[in-house]
Amino acid sequence: MENTFDLSVTVNGKPYQQTIDPRTLLSDFLRNDLGLTGTHVGCEHGVCGACTVLLEGSPVRSCLLFAPQVHNQEVLTVEGLGTIDDLHPLQEAFREAHALQCGFCTPGILTTLVPYLEENPNPTEEEIREAISGNLCRCTGYQHIIDAVKLATEKTNT
Amino acid sequence: MKPAPFKYYAPTSIPEVLSLLNEHGYDAKILAGGQSLVPMMNFRLVQPAVLVDINNIPEMAEIQSHEKGIRLGAMVRHSQAEKDPLIKEKAPLIHETMPKIATVQIRNRGTIGGSLAHADPSAELVVVSTALDARFKIQNLDGERVVPASEFFVGLLMTAMGSEDLLVEVEFPPLPPRSGWSLKEVARRPHDFALVGVAAVVVLDKKDRCQEARLVYLSAGDGPISAPEAAGLLIGEQYTPVLATAAAEKASTDEIDPGSDIHATADFRRHLANVLTQRALEEAFQRAKGGK
Repeated sequence: MENTFDLSVTVNGKPYQQTIDPRTLLSDFLRNDLGLTGTHVGCEHGVCGACTVLLEGSPVRSCLLFAPQVHNQEVLTVEGLGTIDDLHPLQEAFREAHALQCGFCTPGILTTLVPYLEENPNPTEEEIREAISGNLCRCTGYQHIIDAVKLATEKTNT
Repeated sequence: MKPAPFKYYAPTSIPEVLSLLNEHGYDAKILAGGQSLVPMMNFRLVQPAVLVDINNIPEMAEIQSHEKGIRLGAMVRHSQAEKDPLIKEKAPLIHETMPKIATVQIRNRGTIGGSLAHADPSAELVVVSTALDARFKIQNLDGERVVPASEFFVGLLMTAMGSEDLLVEVEFPPLPPRSGWSLKEVARRPHDFALVGVAAVVVLDKKDRCQEARLVYLSAGDGPISAPEAAGLLIGEQYTPVLATAAAEKASTDEIDPGSDIHATADFRRHLANVLTQRALEEAFQRAKGGK
């Protein structure tokens, strides 16, 4: 193949080197090449937020980035937040408050909220709604997600 | 693979970008934030043969303050502008505009220059840069030119730039003392494309009479739509609700040209423009008088 790109990227703290077609979207690279299927692909044009990952610590839509654009940078996906035995406090709160039903939007909502809560440890309900306004959830009506975020902040702040 | 194949370049300097654009002409597309381009490529509405990624040129992402105003490199991201203290102080309308643009994930990638070069008539920055009389610094291999906002936007998704041109910087002149501004819009969901919106800028004299006024509308035609006649009604006058209503009526009836789609009819957009203009003028006059 002539038209290729040699990509070096760190994902969840682990370095990867792969030769890819430059048109590979970051979301597809994570799922198909690295097998990290926690990043969900919904609308694939930047509307639903399910594919949100952290690029150098900031939430971005992985369906709107070509994989070569993260060359030599650091990506964090939902798999990097916690493990099944050792969940991230926000994941713990999501489980406790029943903040997910089908779970499709959850990885994007978690990756959006983790850096947000680091900067804003005490958000109001309105601020939480604003923070996740770029993430669609079709099951919960958002109410239990709000409850989970409140629960997580209460726990962290006590 | 959703997008069609392309050859990918990631130059690290402006001269390299200009050479690539010169070499590939209309076959090449510049990749800035990619928040409009990549969706179009995912749908294969756009299939550039060559993609020139300009995300690796740090000097294109600088924010500088000058006597002539504030200069934003074309690759300044929305979230960067949103948090920048210099912009908050010197270009409050830009500061206030940023959170209205798309969602946080989009603002973390989207760029000032990308939004302006895309020239979407529903983009807040297109309208605000017109209301603030921004100047666009454009380079190609032959040199550099500066184009005012009034000449930069030439039609639907069209600008005064050719295939070999690169937008490198946008300069916003300082607002005079006793200026007021406002940006009002209505969107079906927060951060979605607005059905209609208006940017208002007024400058008052010592007796609170309006000396200068600008009203520019988004989603109201093929580009940023100015309403000079409505703005003219304000000149020499102090703010009253009756005055604002007259200007709003003029602009929404005679000067804008909104279309109809499944989200709103043209008539409803005119109604929204009318109401938003009244609110924007009230806020702009109040701010100019030194209120909030």
